Amino acid sequence: MKFVDEFRNQEIAKGLIEKIKEVSTRPIQLMEVCGTHTVSIFRYGIRGLLPEQIRLISGPGCPVCVTPNSDIDFAIALCRQKDVILTTFGDMMKVPGSTSNLQKEKAEGKDIRIIYSSLEALRTAKENPGKKVVFFAIGFETTSPTIAVAILRTKEMGIPNLFFLNSQKRIPPALFALLQSTQIKIDGLILPGHVSAILGTAPYQFISKEFSIPAVITGFEPLDILQGIWMLVRQIEKNRPEIEIQYKRIVKKEGNPLAMEKIEVVFEKADGHWRGIGRIPESGYRFKEAFQAMDARVFKVEVEPLKEHPECLCGEVLQGIKTPLECRLFKKVCHPENPIGPCMVSIEGTCHTYFKFYQP
Amino acid sequence: MRGCYYEVISMCLGVPGKVLEIQKNMAKVDVGGFLREISLDLCPDASVGEYVLIHTGFAIQKVDEEDAMETLELLKKMAEAI
Ligand code: SF4
Repeated sequence: MKFVDEFRNQEIAKGLIEKIKEVSTRPIQLMEVCGTHTVSIFRYGIRGLLPEQIRLISGPGCPVCVTPNSDIDFAIALCRQKDVILTTFGDMMKVPGSTSNLQKEKAEGKDIRIIYSSLEALRTAKENPGKKVVFFAIGFETTSPTIAVAILRTKEMGIPNLFFLNSQKRIPPALFALLQSTQIKIDGLILPGHVSAILGTAPYQFISKEFSIPAVITGFEPLDILQGIWMLVRQIEKNRPEIEIQYKRIVKKEGNPLAMEKIEVVFEKADGHWRGIGRIPESGYRFKEAFQAMDARVFKVEVEPLKEHPECLCGEVLQGIKTPLECRLFKKVCHPENPIGPCMVSIEGTCHTYFKFYQP
Repeated sequence: MRGCYYEVISMCLGVPGKVLEIQKNMAKVDVGGFLREISLDLCPDASVGEYVLIHTGFAIQKVDEEDAMETLELLKKMAEAI
């Protein structure tokens, strides 16, 4: 595929690794924020290629993984209503709620439909005028503008039966919270390429300005990641922290202003609830008044009491404090066919990635 | 194929596709040999023949070919300099 295969060239990769070795003089820990990066890093064995003193830690960037139990339970309560069709991304189907998950509910006959794009929720609503269609909307800033477009379109077209269960999250406030907590030392951040395609560099400035931590917005192919790491090591060694863009073919400094505008028309910032981590100020969105009629949270449904597996370490894994290897359930009880926590469900979840690729 | 494609990939994935045809705010794109229909609402200035980055059925940014080539050239030079 164009713009993909060229960035997997092995010879260039070898050269880049040498370059990294050349500039790296001391032990550092870099966090890859995004789950897509974690998958690429494991798939291409990047951890093993780097000099030993460069350690990569996986971060909180998997929207499926951070969706709190309470939202899954709410979605389950909604789909149990006779007049509701629940639409959602396929990734959400197996994510455990307190006692059930959407896949089980579907098997028991609830009308749950997997969609690939927010616009398919509109189509479903139009085709089923007698039903209330709910879109379980998760995602980071890459996805939020697409959800905003669907909401704007629902209003324009006067579709009365489409509602949104909003569980979207914002990355920069989560990074702020992470850097503020002193639990792990992070010397540099590999920032998510596609979230940044929307955001640009401005929302990340606090990372270098307030925390003096270098950060590089990085693409997802092996050469992208290696170049991103090289840029980070160089910043660290020069002690000149800033927000650089490695992924220039996609990410512009200003991001995608039109997409940001769509988000701002529909949503305002609100506290977000992250599974295993808790409430983070301004890390989520709520509907602006003009769109509140589409908020599925106003539905009166009975949601079951919250229950989480006491031994699942997803919260710590998402913050990079622990690796899945430190979880007693990993591979023994918890595996992709029987996921205990969301980090094992999502194919971009850290536990799933370790399960698939990790070899001691 | 469709079903399998939907279940195996993550919602988070962004992939480049070539714009083949545009009708109002929708476009037909070629994604590694697959034909897909996507929205151009977030990337209205994309034109036929250009590559866009696709995420959950929307083009979210144009792929800058020149920058891609520059990056590759730079990386090649770095690798050769070893
Ligand atoms: S291995 Fe399973 S139980 Fe352990 S942290 Fe990961 S998802 Fe939770």
